[in-house]
Amino acid sequence: MSGATTPSTGAGAPSEPAQGERSWPLWEVFVRGKRGLSHVHVGSLHAPDAELALRNARDVYTRRQEGVSIWVVKADDVTASSPSEKDSFFDPAGDKIYRHPTFYDVPEDVEYL
Amino acid sequence: MYGNDVIDPNEPLNAAETAAYDAAAEHDDQRDGRDAAGDDFDALLAADQRIEPRDAMPEEYRETLIRQIAQHAHSEIIGMQPEGNWITRAPSLRRKAILIAKVQDEAGHGLYLYSAAETLGIDRQELLERLHDGKQKYSSIFNYPTLTWADCGAIGWLVDGAAIMNQVPLCRCSYGPYARAMIRVCKEESFHQRQGFEILWNLMRGTESQRAMAQDAADRWWWPALAMFGPPDTGEAAKGGGHTEQSMAWGIKRFANDDLRQKFVDMMVPQADKLGIVLPDPDLRWNEERGHWDFGEIDWDEFWRVLRGDGPCNAERIEHRRRAHDEGAWVREAANAYATKQAAREREQQQKESAA
Repeated sequence: MSGATTPSTGAGAPSEPAQGERSWPLWEVFVRGKRGLSHVHVGSLHAPDAELALRNARDVYTRRQEGVSIWVVKADDVTASSPSEKDSFFDPAGDKIYRHPTFYDVPEDVEYL
Repeated sequence: MYGNDVIDPNEPLNAAETAAYDAAAEHDDQRDGRDAAGDDFDALLAADQRIEPRDAMPEEYRETLIRQIAQHAHSEIIGMQPEGNWITRAPSLRRKAILIAKVQDEAGHGLYLYSAAETLGIDRQELLERLHDGKQKYSSIFNYPTLTWADCGAIGWLVDGAAIMNQVPLCRCSYGPYARAMIRVCKEESFHQRQGFEILWNLMRGTESQRAMAQDAADRWWWPALAMFGPPDTGEAAKGGGHTEQSMAWGIKRFANDDLRQKFVDMMVPQADKLGIVLPDPDLRWNEERGHWDFGEIDWDEFWRVLRGDGPCNAERIEHRRRAHDEGAWVREAANAYATKQAAREREQQQKESAA
């Protein structure tokens, strides 16, 4: 279970397994809870390929009918914004409050506005 | 239906969660004097915000979390063994299906937690090796044997009950991935505890020997369950230099071991009464003044002995775990071979298509 939009390995590259066994790639799992909702990140898992990642995701994250659809995405393929640039990255939206409907002064007695 | 698409962190998780948890979280907000280790980290903690995987964090915070989450994950997967022992001998098909689902849940909980640990930059493989080599611990409770069917009831009722008491506050832990994993775990644990209670409830309304079996299981699991909350860490014991104080400052821990243990006792006494089970503690009595149940002295020598490896099942648990891992190697190799072959075929197909 990791941040909603950051790859699970974000804190640093995972260390090489000590034994000869190859570590399976990490997949981020997204589940659609029911029709009408978007897929939401629920966690991650290891699997050798996409097909098994899907099956494992079903067993790990939907044992109680928590989903009607699953996406799996290789964690390595996720590009994420950097938390250290958070302020400057999201800054441009900060001073544009006129993008919100509440910015506007209109008479109170106008209907459907 | 859990609707994990919209987990509201303020939604009550189960019966064990009370307003006291919120009060503790709020109290933490007022706390000052946290370790300074970077403005962002401290500011986030002070505002009771979650720390997320790629945020800057002090190395000791990261190390503490890896140790705790790994230990927790190990406990989940080692915890599959005592009950797994009864799957082939469950008394009915209904009980067998339930037990399989429960043991499968424990595996799932282990996976959620390993996945949370990996967000801190450690590989699951390495954590498993640390478990297999005895470098990392798991909960000492799983070093006790499951001698009769009633033990499956006592584990669900007492061990999972104690686990819930310990784990509900972790849903508000400062580290986001751990907190989210714990929300899933806690929701699923409620089923575990109730099915355990039901097993004992049925046995206690059965024959004389069934009642004796249930009582015997409760006698053996009660004290180890109390020890699950960890050594004393309030009053005089707080000066002993355990992890509690630092973990509380970091928002990893919300309550002292002793406080959670007391809550557990207070919760279990009426339940035992309802079951008709006598808890094996002659010193157990209601203290009007404190508004809590007083209980007897826990045998901490036994706790430390079992934790250090000298419990009834320590060697067996690790041996079984290593064997399962080694004997599963061919499955992992086969899956790798299949993935490699499929990828090669796909590449071939693409080359053909682009050539055509």
